[in-house]
Amino acid sequence: MEDKLIVAGREFTSRFFLGTGKFGSKAAMKQAIIASGSQLVTVALRRIDLEETDENILSFIPENTTIMVNTSGARNSDEAVRIARIAKEAGYGDWIKIEVINDSRYLLPDNQETIKATKILSSEGFVVLPYMNPDLYVAKALVDAGAAAVMPLGSLIGSNQGLKMRALIEVLIEEVTEVPIVVDAGIGRPSHAAEAMEIGADAVLANTAVADAEDPPLMAVAFARGVEAGRMAYLAKMGQERAIARASSPLTGFLYNE
Amino acid sequence: MNKGLSGIDLAHLTIDDIRRIFSYDDRGLLEEMAHAARELTRRQFGRTISLYAPLYIANYCQNECVYCGFHASSKIIPRSKLAMDEIDRECAALAATGIRSCLILTGESRFHSSPQYIRDACIIAGRYFPYVAVEVYPLEEHEYRELYLAGVDGVTLYQETYDRARYDELHLTGPKKVYDYRVQAPDRIARSGIRHISMGVLLGLTDWHQDIIALFEHVRHLERAYPGVEFGLAFPRLRRVIDDEHHYIEVSDREMVKIMCAARLFFPRAGISISTRETPEFRDRIIEFGVTKMSAGSSTRVGGYVERAEYDDGQFQVFDPRSFDEVKAMLVAKGFDPVVTDWRNIVNS
Repeated sequence: MEDKLIVAGREFTSRFFLGTGKFGSKAAMKQAIIASGSQLVTVALRRIDLEETDENILSFIPENTTIMVNTSGARNSDEAVRIARIAKEAGYGDWIKIEVINDSRYLLPDNQETIKATKILSSEGFVVLPYMNPDLYVAKALVDAGAAAVMPLGSLIGSNQGLKMRALIEVLIEEVTEVPIVVDAGIGRPSHAAEAMEIGADAVLANTAVADAEDPPLMAVAFARGVEAGRMAYLAKMGQERAIARASSPLTGFLYNE
Repeated sequence: MNKGLSGIDLAHLTIDDIRRIFSYDDRGLLEEMAHAARELTRRQFGRTISLYAPLYIANYCQNECVYCGFHASSKIIPRSKLAMDEIDRECAALAATGIRSCLILTGESRFHSSPQYIRDACIIAGRYFPYVAVEVYPLEEHEYRELYLAGVDGVTLYQETYDRARYDELHLTGPKKVYDYRVQAPDRIARSGIRHISMGVLLGLTDWHQDIIALFEHVRHLERAYPGVEFGLAFPRLRRVIDDEHHYIEVSDREMVKIMCAARLFFPRAGISISTRETPEFRDRIIEFGVTKMSAGSSTRVGGYVERAEYDDGQFQVFDPRSFDEVKAMLVAKGFDPVVTDWRNIVNS
């Protein structure tokens, strides 16, 4: 099936993105990336220590994987911009996941600051994927600001609650067609990932649910397959859920001379 | 819903629930809390524990805290203060062990360890460690701001106890005697821009039930007032009980676990640290229930990393003498990723 995801001109055959935090070991993280076939992973700049050669997280990421540095720790646009520039100067590429969080209890993204950072960084040539609270106006502003994709949260980060924001994400999928919509955060099960893809999300990013499993590589595969299944269902134009049963033979067919 | 035996919803605890929890001594409830705390910690932090080490630059003190070995008139403790070149060597020696996160301890003497001296020390430390925190006597907001601009990422300040009368009784003389100036310091820290604030009480000074409730209420209030600040919690237990004339109250392991689990459940995102004043056996077990940060390979002696002394005359006895590498190996064996680097200061980058 020729169904490629294109973000900023780069082609991905896997629509499953993986976060690299929270794993019990870097070896488990590496196995999870390989097993899932994920081609894009996010890494927090704060976790990269180049002096720590034997344990540097980047050395555990398979070649040919797109690394997207995230701005974890940024509380405003200014800090996010600085983190992105440090990452670029250090040679980690120009793919940036902007997360601007000024709330240490729920870790909710600050949409206004995220728009500002997106504008600055995309004008500097970064490929910017902003993590956001699903809001149509904000999503449109992010596209105008140069975002390469928009990444709404499914539910609170690390909560495993699934698509609590489904109705609002559906609006983004319907109305924001210029860039891919990547559901990020709160995806706790492969079935949540499948659900996000079924409703038309272009990709899913997960971390906690994989890292936290007893067998992270196996869980990573389960997520990748959930994403694939959901995508196929979307492409196959699956039937809608209905409140009442509908017979396969129409009841009103006799009214028409067919 | 995680409503168990007690009928308390552990996933949405209120302060009243915590009062009830503290009033039960129930084995089933504690087990339930431990499971809930472990599950929540894994979701929030994954299977990771961050490692750090303290670095004592001076141990002069102007206070008479009756419970502390470093108190001003103590003759047992040799006083010293590192010069800047000594601080540099000390940082180099600590960084060489692999530590990337350090907590600078200054001693509570504004005379010997001035804000300027502390600031300069932190600038040096910033060259060796991506994360620098400082445990310092309460400062003015503009002084905290100076530290922030010098690259300080976190400040640690323990109230010791929220029982005013007891506080007054235990702090005989010195600037620390002023309860309000200390209790208001976290507000000043938060306003200065510093992003991590570690708070705690010294368990054993008074009935811990009230103290922990007061601490939780204080931190919850600060969380709402300063949502961008990350709060950390520590629960040091008074260990060196020299005499019993001051009526210290021993806090058992069981009570300690209960406190730590309650802290995790009430503050899902808070960093909870455990120091080397706990035994290896206890530390290795308690990391399952909500701890996210551990000190390792600690010396509590001024200049202790350059010349690791045979004897320990530090502020408190180190009960876990394992090296940084030994602690790392223990964590790996228990299925945790020892996180050494989890910060990059962007203020001065």
